Amino acid sequence: MSLLEIENVTLKFGGLTAVDDLSFSVEEGEVFAIVGPNGAGKSTVFNLISRFYDPYAGSIRFDGHDLLQVKPSGVAAYGVARTFQNIELFEHATVLQNLLVGRHRHRKTNVLSEIFFTPSARRQEIENREKVEEVIDFLDLQAYRDKMIAGLPYGVRKVVEVARALSTDPKLLLLDEPASGLSVEETTDMRWWIDDIRRQMGITVLMVEHDMGLVSGVSDRVLAMADGAKLAMGTPAEVQSHPDVIEAYLGHAA
Amino acid sequence: MRIVFKTDYMQDIRPWKDGFQLSLYLILLAIAVAAPYLLDIFYLGELTNVLIWAIAGLGLMVLTGHTGQASLGHAAFLAIGCYSNVILIEQGVPFIIAFPLAGLLTGVIGATIAIPALRLHGIYLAIFTLALSILMDDVIVLSEPITGGVAGKYIAGVDLLGLTIDRWGTPILFYWLTLAITVIVTLGYINLLRTSLGRSFIAVRDSEVSAQAMGVDIAKTKTVSFGLSCMVTGWAGALMGLYSGAFNNETFSVVISIQLLMMIVIGGLGSIHGAFFGAVVIGFLPQFLSIAKENVSAVFGGGSVAIPGLEFGIFGMILILFILFEPMGLYGRWLKIRTFFELFPFYRKDMFKRQKSYLKTERLR
Ligand SMILES: Nc1ncnc2c1ncn2[C@@H]1O[C@H](COP(=O)(O)OP(=O)(O)OP(=O)(O)O)[C@@H](O)[C@H]1O
Ligand SMILES: [Mg+2]
Repeated sequence: MSLLEIENVTLKFGGLTAVDDLSFSVEEGEVFAIVGPNGAGKSTVFNLISRFYDPYAGSIRFDGHDLLQVKPSGVAAYGVARTFQNIELFEHATVLQNLLVGRHRHRKTNVLSEIFFTPSARRQEIENREKVEEVIDFLDLQAYRDKMIAGLPYGVRKVVEVARALSTDPKLLLLDEPASGLSVEETTDMRWWIDDIRRQMGITVLMVEHDMGLVSGVSDRVLAMADGAKLAMGTPAEVQSHPDVIEAYLGHAA
Repeated sequence: MRIVFKTDYMQDIRPWKDGFQLSLYLILLAIAVAAPYLLDIFYLGELTNVLIWAIAGLGLMVLTGHTGQASLGHAAFLAIGCYSNVILIEQGVPFIIAFPLAGLLTGVIGATIAIPALRLHGIYLAIFTLALSILMDDVIVLSEPITGGVAGKYIAGVDLLGLTIDRWGTPILFYWLTLAITVIVTLGYINLLRTSLGRSFIAVRDSEVSAQAMGVDIAKTKTVSFGLSCMVTGWAGALMGLYSGAFNNETFSVVISIQLLMMIVIGGLGSIHGAFFGAVVIGFLPQFLSIAKENVSAVFGGGSVAIPGLEFGIFGMILILFILFEPMGLYGRWLKIRTFFELFPFYRKDMFKRQKSYLKTERLR
């Protein structure tokens, strides 16, 4: 059984079919990339997995659970974390606070124990910090940990978003264009981090990315989409040389 | 600048930065406790009033400052707290039970009202809550048998652990009671902010989409925030009732709601300090204005002309100036001044300038 199974999913926005009878599955431990021209429906696939939209048809299963049965806030509880194409951080909070929100799914305390800061609340806070500090070390964010997001440069925000997602201790990490807007060096860092996330942390990665260098560098399999539908699927080299994919990209450019 | 080397997680979790900061706050608390010996009775009363407003401000701050839900209706919750406290006492419930219960009741009512309000954002939520505040006036008049209607209600003193606490008879005790409640509420608030729930409030305020993706249930979080906010506001209302001794349907008017919101904006949204700074402004503005007026008429003659609505107008003007020039409120200004001294002479003028803010995923709203 695959970790994530998307079967015949269709989503329409009014007359526009953003995702069209799409099926694919992501195996545990792999890095799976989705590529496609602008407006292909890649981010919409992520938003479907996050349960922001109800699909018109089809099923989405994760780790044996039917995701369509849960609320958007329930997806994280199964171990799915994500980043956003346009960066959705908590602007008026520090980096540390942002990452600690990532620990929310592990919350065992309640309003009362938190307001009175009982020993169990204290224990949980220490646990949260142990995990968060690990992530801060891993992504080299020490210099920014107490800084407000509102003052951080774009490249750092991208990394903080990945860090926040990792703080949830996910099984599956969804990265929506992790390298967009990054410099060449930052993209190289991101490439090694994605590798380490898979190898050291054992987290499965599903990412949307335009940078074909990054895609072929880290991913095991690639899905190419256009107009909401599957064009081709296979190894990065196979997909890149697929005639339909070349056609879709060139057709768009022309 | 004091740099603290952290060697232990608790150093990060505890609310104070280092021993120096802790001692500053302890000194402040000691001065507050000793205030009755330092101030004359008139100013002690004013200080009590400031503390009560600060509690109300803390209540609204939870909802507006930290969860990002604007409320123009919090006077309604002041009223619920005030009336339920007094009505319970009239029914023979001792103050020590009636008072907490009044807050809890207000909290439950607030959380219930939150449910239909959950789908509303920004200006629509503000209008909804404004309507609540207007409606409250009628509710109080219509339920005259319980609330005393237009004639209102009176309360002299209350008994607490064998002591009579009365704003006029024993102002020092009343001040200490208010101070104790202020401290308790503030400590609870601090704890909230350093644990999951408080952080989920901030998450909902700054990005509902990603809060959800982190596993925060938006509806539940907003409901809890409404509940806690209204509970604290209810306590402030109960104290206001005791402070004024008499109240009716007009005591907790829409004007109070607006004033409360202005207060936390001027003080600084999203910080505990903001509620206190705002309360000081609102508490001492009338005094300040009357002194200013005397001086003006002393210079220009003309005696003491009463200008209706002057206070409110000036308050509004201060608010506009703050929104234009210091959106982070007095607390933001204070942070800048402090940073200036800490970094002297290395302070740069653009240190607090916001970076360009990046596009948000508006489509999902
Ligand atoms: N909430 C929405 N309402 C209406 N239309 C939408 C919505 N979200 C996306 N769309 C449309 O669905 C299509 C797919 O959008 P999507 O954001 O998934 O594209 P994408 O593949 O991520 O593109 P990009 O590479 O530009 O990020 C687009 O035509 C877009 O305009
Ligand atoms: Mg996209």
